[in-house]
Amino acid sequence: MEPDDALIARLDADLDGSFESLVIAHQDRLYSIALRFLGDPRDAEEATQDCLVRAYRALAGYDSARIRELRLRPWLATIVLNLCRTKAGRRNHAGAPPLSLDFDEPGKALAEPRADPARSPVAIADRREARARWAALVGGLPQAYRAAVVLRHVDGLSYPELAQALGRPEGTVKAQVHRGLALLRRAYEDAERREREEMTA
Amino acid sequence: MTTNHRSDPTTPSALTDDAAPELRDLAVHAPSGLVTSVLVEVGLADRYAPIPSPIGRLVVAWNGLGVSAVEAAPDDASFETSHAARTGRPVHRADALPPRLGRAIERRLAGDRRVAIELDLRGRTKFERDVWRKALEIPRGEVRPYGWIAAEIGRPKAVRAVGTALGHNPVPLIVPCHRVVRSDGSLGQYSLGGPANKRTILASEGLDPESLEMQARAGVRYIGSDTTRIVCLPTCSAAKRIGPTHRVPFRSLDRAALAGYRTCRKCRPISVAGNVAA
Repeated sequence: MEPDDALIARLDADLDGSFESLVIAHQDRLYSIALRFLGDPRDAEEATQDCLVRAYRALAGYDSARIRELRLRPWLATIVLNLCRTKAGRRNHAGAPPLSLDFDEPGKALAEPRADPARSPVAIADRREARARWAALVGGLPQAYRAAVVLRHVDGLSYPELAQALGRPEGTVKAQVHRGLALLRRAYEDAERREREEMTA
Repeated sequence: MTTNHRSDPTTPSALTDDAAPELRDLAVHAPSGLVTSVLVEVGLADRYAPIPSPIGRLVVAWNGLGVSAVEAAPDDASFETSHAARTGRPVHRADALPPRLGRAIERRLAGDRRVAIELDLRGRTKFERDVWRKALEIPRGEVRPYGWIAAEIGRPKAVRAVGTALGHNPVPLIVPCHRVVRSDGSLGQYSLGGPANKRTILASEGLDPESLEMQARAGVRYIGSDTTRIVCLPTCSAAKRIGPTHRVPFRSLDRAALAGYRTCRKCRPISVAGNVAA
């Protein structure tokens, strides 16, 4: 894939001619961030589309110097996260549950299963179940930790990028990620324990 | 503090900042239509769908900025080619118009001029936009001469240019350029498939094109009322209400003025003498 600084140069030279490349390059990661933050595929699709439309309008209004300073990955992550927070806030006001309990897999996985003997139907079903479980656990994290964990570990941002995306010092976002992971581990173990107890009960 | 959780590194709960494959695995592909939706929304691509009309099947194209084209296209493929050539944008077939836009167009075609329809008129001149905006003021069931538009937009000599701008109207019917006719009373040209269609559309809006032309051939350009002493363009809604015994035909506004008539404030007739072009 084209590196972002080459894309930035093209966007600066010809926004309308190269914006499609930006959409293609970033849509999967932005959708993944939105989906894992919001839990609901329709909301996530809407947030991703809004994010890219806003990015286009912002770029159309920026001068050359401002475009060339941009770092696309954290910049776009900030936009999509802000939209997600607004959506989540609105949903909480409406009294709806904060995350979808629908365990159907939304979207096709980016990566094929790593363990390869595991191409059997059972293994695939196991993997789907594992993903649904982890998605639900991530969705259950408090917002600040959820955002940090999703950007760092689902999207794969570096800590400097994460600090920029969240507008916080690097030390703070690092602490949020670590705390978020600790909460996830505990939630995972709690769920496992409950399952074992149910099975032996 | 209890630390009785397992530390077996092969279990998923070993999740660390250096290795969290379970979370990396939560990355997914975006839905397949997203790229097109974004490009349409920002106006870098269009969608289109057919609509019924008095002259048969038409296609309407739109994007996030508004309606970009109304065309009588024989088939989808030829529309896609011509639209892309004209606008430089790809155009994607949709099943139907977005419901809100569909309802708005339906209401506009039924004569409701208050309903707002956004238009994508990028790359058009100010003069063209002025002409089209003015054409939008002509009510359903009425017509105005080309010279009327020219005078109303403050370019009384630009009658021929008005005709050209109307011919380039990318959104006929929505911008009712069919309601602009020649000052000699003949209907004039029409971009949406020719003059016969103009006749059909005007008739569908409640006008009688034949009697209109007959009246014009007889030299009648204005109709006055001998009770109100007001003179109108023949299709003005006020003129239509004048009873048969009170209708006074005029060849020119000068004659009407001499007879003591003032012009209607609604249809604002103008002298189009010498402006019989377009």
